[in-house]
Amino acid sequence: MAGEDASAGEARVAVEAVFREERGLLLASLVRRFGDLDLAEEVTSEAIEAALRHWPAEGVPARPGAWLLTTARRRAVDRLRRDQAYAARLAVLSADAERADPAPAADAQGPGELPDERLQLFFTCTHPALAAEDRTALTLRCLAGLTTPEVARAFLVPTATMAQRIVRAKKKIREARIPFRVPGPDELPQRLPGVLQVVYSVFTEGYAASSGPRLQRLDLAEEAIRLARILHRLLPAERESAGLLALLLLVHARRDARTGPEGEPVLLEDQDRGCWDRPMIEEGRALVVRALTGGPAGPYGVQAAIAALHDEAADVAATDWPQIVALYDVLRTLTPSPVVEVNRAVAVAMRDGPGAGLALLDALAGEPRLRAYPPYAVARGDLLSRLGRDGEAADAYRAALELAGTEPERAALRRKLGE
Amino acid sequence: MKYMLLIHSGAVDEQGGAPQCTVEDWMAYDKDVRDAGIHVSGESLADLVTATSVRVSPTGERTVTDGPFAETRELLGGFLVIDVPDLDAALDWAARCPGSRDGGSVVVRPVADFGA
Repeated sequence: MAGEDASAGEARVAVEAVFREERGLLLASLVRRFGDLDLAEEVTSEAIEAALRHWPAEGVPARPGAWLLTTARRRAVDRLRRDQAYAARLAVLSADAERADPAPAADAQGPGELPDERLQLFFTCTHPALAAEDRTALTLRCLAGLTTPEVARAFLVPTATMAQRIVRAKKKIREARIPFRVPGPDELPQRLPGVLQVVYSVFTEGYAASSGPRLQRLDLAEEAIRLARILHRLLPAERESAGLLALLLLVHARRDARTGPEGEPVLLEDQDRGCWDRPMIEEGRALVVRALTGGPAGPYGVQAAIAALHDEAADVAATDWPQIVALYDVLRTLTPSPVVEVNRAVAVAMRDGPGAGLALLDALAGEPRLRAYPPYAVARGDLLSRLGRDGEAADAYRAALELAGTEPERAALRRKLGE
Repeated sequence: MKYMLLIHSGAVDEQGGAPQCTVEDWMAYDKDVRDAGIHVSGESLADLVTATSVRVSPTGERTVTDGPFAETRELLGGFLVIDVPDLDAALDWAARCPGSRDGGSVVVRPVADFGA
């Protein structure tokens, strides 16, 4: 941003951030009414523009949400009057939508006075017929209320690339007619994991890059938590939506302790636990209870329970490792993967000693997915080092060094190697 | 809205046919589609050994060749056009199609609407 526009631009960004929550609510409500994402997005932006123009001069209206919705609806109706062909197409769309989904979905109230109709938009934006990267981008844009340049910055791609991606995804929604609807109770178990996965991947994206160049980077982890909160509010009875929110809170609570002054990663065992966010941990623990009560646990609930056990412990020695191993035993049946096996092996090493853990890790040596997974080599190195097999430990660290993606990770490994 | 379901079989026997699904499976599915009132059109294709390809060069010369034979794992074995409200409904019908099982797949494509 150049010269004299900079402070005006910053003020504008600040004001737009205030509208982030409203934007998603407004958009969902308009999509529900008009059945068209493009139209809804355009008039949402126009209504917010109008608010930015009018409110500073005339004062904020008594019911800002209703003001925005009324303004946006008027704009949409104007648009449809001007463009008859468009209107005719939309009429067909909404007639079909009524036929397919006659029940109103607005049952939960949003933070303002607008009814919260975001759940259907969640299911549309995360539809499995869309490419995985497009689902994340659309969710950030439509539900988190981020602008396209903000989404682009978050993923470190040029704005034009991100704009293209979003246009392509919206074209598919429109032309393949991906519906705006909440799946019925019989479909929900199949569809909900896909929605949760998108929010989780927003979080891990934010996390993985938090040691990278963060200067301009929007905090994706915070956005993911905001999205998880919305989902939990919309689906309070779903244990896995509680589990996901719990997991994100319990991991994010350690954010200030997980990197050192140079941005290097600090292992759990070396973290200053006094820096952990206690209120966030308490909130997460309460959610874990809900996630694990009333039926078989899901993968997010189990991972949250593991995170809670770490967060509750005064230090590594006081951690309840037998319980953590037991939870990994559950997790490996729910979502079997070599990564879960690596984590379980590390927990076994803490419970039964490094030799036991190393035997489990060595049994995974043939896994193709672990060949490019630095934490596997690091874990082997750490256990070998604890067993006093320093030469082999150094080999493992060197293998990890070749795989490590970011400079702070490489620096941490060089320290282990004493280089 | 019309969707075409392109039914591909995963494995192909020597005659170029798909061995997995029984005739009864297909008949039951066909009946369900018709009873639901969504059937627009559909055909199953004869075995691949009967296929012939035609190409016309820029100079108008016609080339006719035997085949194609299944170089790829997936082979188009038939199609169905259905008229349903949205993609979710089309995906449900695709999932119920016997051709989506046993290594087969059903590709769902909206039929282009030129405003007619």
